[in-house]
Amino acid sequence: MLNEAIVESPSFAEADVRRIVREEIERAARQDRAASKACIIASKGTLDWAYPPFILGAAAAAAGMDTSIFFTFYGLNLITKGYSKRIQVSPTGNPAMPMPVPMADLFAGLPGMKTVATSMMKSKFKNRGVVSIQELIDACRESGVRLIACEMTVAVFGFRHSDFIEGVEFAGAGAYLSEARRAHVTLFI
Amino acid sequence: MTEFKEDRLFDARGLLCPMPVVKTAKEMKTLQAGQVLKVLATDRGAIADFPAWSEDTGNPLLHSAEESGSLVFWFRKGGREGA
Repeated sequence: MLNEAIVESPSFAEADVRRIVREEIERAARQDRAASKACIIASKGTLDWAYPPFILGAAAAAAGMDTSIFFTFYGLNLITKGYSKRIQVSPTGNPAMPMPVPMADLFAGLPGMKTVATSMMKSKFKNRGVVSIQELIDACRESGVRLIACEMTVAVFGFRHSDFIEGVEFAGAGAYLSEARRAHVTLFI
Repeated sequence: MTEFKEDRLFDARGLLCPMPVVKTAKEMKTLQAGQVLKVLATDRGAIADFPAWSEDTGNPLLHSAEESGSLVFWFRKGGREGA
């Protein structure tokens, strides 16, 4: 039996409406498959820019999302064999990158500076306990993230399919768009 | 203090984003629906990340607390019990 006094009170009506709306939204979200699909483009091959696609890819997969990362242009390097050992970051043209002393662009471009900047960044990450790019790639593969190489840029840059780590798929813009149009999360990195 | 009897304990202390969530998700796969996973973490990002992950994956966050410098989370594995 409903207590009429409670039913008629504005607070009851409001709480009820809020609950119904929340339940309906949740129901719709559960049916919306795009809400559990992520498509990420990784276009850069430097140490700093290698992190975001793999971090988000691994986190999306951990959250139960069907996740793909498309690698194109310089990003292709990230999924070639042994690249995580050769990966570098350059201070040239990146005024936001912290350096031990203020440095003019001309000096930042001197031979050896890239090596210095790379080891600085790697040790900074390591000291903080951030996982390596290789560990992130392993986490992505283990959790079923699809790693897809852009076939056109593979050809342009002279890569062979055998240069890529195991499990990499090859596709083009059409395949990316077909996936992306069914995903709420699409990122260009 | 609220305590939940956990079926499994996962120590994510020292791990940084995204690894606490990535490894917790992996750990959760080994549990049966209805079982409780207790997670220890030190990454402050976990305070926001774990409730979001819990909602996304349907593994309810029963309780969270801070104990002697560690963040503690209790999750119940979602899905039908015995399924």
